[in-house]
Amino acid sequence: MTAALRLRDVTVSYDRHPAVHHISGEIARGSLTAVVGPNGAGKSTLLKALAGVVPRVEGSIERPDAAAGRIAYLPQLSDIDRTFPIAVIDVVLLGHWRRLGRFGGASPADRAQASRALDAVGLRGFEARPISTLSAGQFQRALFARLLLQDADIILLDEPFNAIDARTTADLLALVRRWHADARTVVCVLHDFEQVRASFPDAILLAREVVAWGPTADTLSSANLLRARAMAEAWDDDADACIAAAG
Amino acid sequence: MIYDLLIAPFVEYGFMRRALVACVALALSGSTIGVFLILRRMSLMGDALAHALLPGAAIGFLLGGLSLPAMSAGGFVAGILVALLSGMVARFTSLREDASFAAAYLTALALGVLLVSLRGSSVDLMHLLFGSILAVDDASLLLVAGTTTITLIAMAAIYRPLVVECFNPGFLAALGERGALYHYAFLGLAVLNMVAAFQALGTLMALGLVLLPAIAASFWARDVERMMLVSAPIALLSAWIGLLVSYHGGLPSGPSIVLSASAFYVGSLLFGSHDSVRRKLARAPHLRG
Repeated sequence: MTAALRLRDVTVSYDRHPAVHHISGEIARGSLTAVVGPNGAGKSTLLKALAGVVPRVEGSIERPDAAAGRIAYLPQLSDIDRTFPIAVIDVVLLGHWRRLGRFGGASPADRAQASRALDAVGLRGFEARPISTLSAGQFQRALFARLLLQDADIILLDEPFNAIDARTTADLLALVRRWHADARTVVCVLHDFEQVRASFPDAILLAREVVAWGPTADTLSSANLLRARAMAEAWDDDADACIAAAG
Repeated sequence: MIYDLLIAPFVEYGFMRRALVACVALALSGSTIGVFLILRRMSLMGDALAHALLPGAAIGFLLGGLSLPAMSAGGFVAGILVALLSGMVARFTSLREDASFAAAYLTALALGVLLVSLRGSSVDLMHLLFGSILAVDDASLLLVAGTTTITLIAMAAIYRPLVVECFNPGFLAALGERGALYHYAFLGLAVLNMVAAFQALGTLMALGLVLLPAIAASFWARDVERMMLVSAPIALLSAWIGLLVSYHGGLPSGPSIVLSASAFYVGSLLFGSHDSVRRKLARAPHLRG
């Protein structure tokens, strides 16, 4: 198995406090990996580092066979301004950014493809709707339609099912499985352990550093989960120095 | 006569004509800037930025007297500096960006008033604070027209990435593009427009023709293009009506123009087609039933 993403001693800090540190490991091509851990464990930060949207990352992240454009990143819903006056079809068409860029016009074929993507996520006929009229679940479906158009080899999802109804979750999870069946690499931040055990073969348990990384059944053992919780309780947010590096 | 009331002042007096032309140019470029200031939730920051031009313009005034190039250059440098400094303060400390803008603007305003008082009279100070659209000369017309040309071309060039950066920051970064670049380009254009507007409306009301029409337009349109299309004519009408009110009533021109724009804002707030008071009242009985 070759690696789609290879991390070597990756540390990301905000205001000199490390959010995640000394992360090393490989995410295999075509794997379906969940990132789990307590609140504040740095799950989203790790995903942002993989996506290349945090400016300062120490260590190295290699993407052996993917240019930055071949990575699709779905941020948390809260990172997007859902009151912005833009139509659903325009959001979905952003999936063609790599081809259309700043000036390219969307062809009828592009629009038809966007409409088919909306159809696939259960939003048939939503093209002209302003996004402010969508529910959280409908909006997440629209963002998945954009991911379909992006057609990326590596797909990074940050809490895609947070505050989303059960039916939408099931529909979108089916899409994630389809991407896995297409041999795309998917990394997904999740909270629901049952969901992870049921659908994700691999898992990374994070508590600012890696607690466990491997097949889901081993990673989410009760011993590992206890250890992650103990580490979370011991966090001192004012600590300036990196203890692991000092010791 | 309607002709005497609405048209004649501009036919008979060159200063009224120049004022109108300056306002048309300001309205065209300002309304595109204003729409994005609102969408980026930067209305207050934009206002603070406009006040921050004052010390720069004041230094220009100290060095070159009431000369437009000196004051404009000073104002532009001050505006850019404050925009960058506030961004940096917000990034490197835990102070929120709006708070750092408020601090910067109070400092700038006080410093500006102090600097003007060193050499100027209170008339000069009033001129800087409230502008004098009726004193627009050829040099200021060129400045305003040049600003409009640059703004419209540049906004067309960065329009799509700017929209994406507004509503989904990080999307462009994940594609390997530098989204923040467009944000700074936009800030630069905003400062440029404030410099152009400050000659006409003064540092205190420079954003009147930029923000108020855009806010009014947000009650009528639900996409960015239409917001701009509604905002520009509102700005044009406000300028025209404001100049007429000022001429016939013998009132100061800057406040008349800004108050006309305010009237459009209040009208839109009450009767607009989206999120207006009228829509809220119309929906109430349905909810009760």
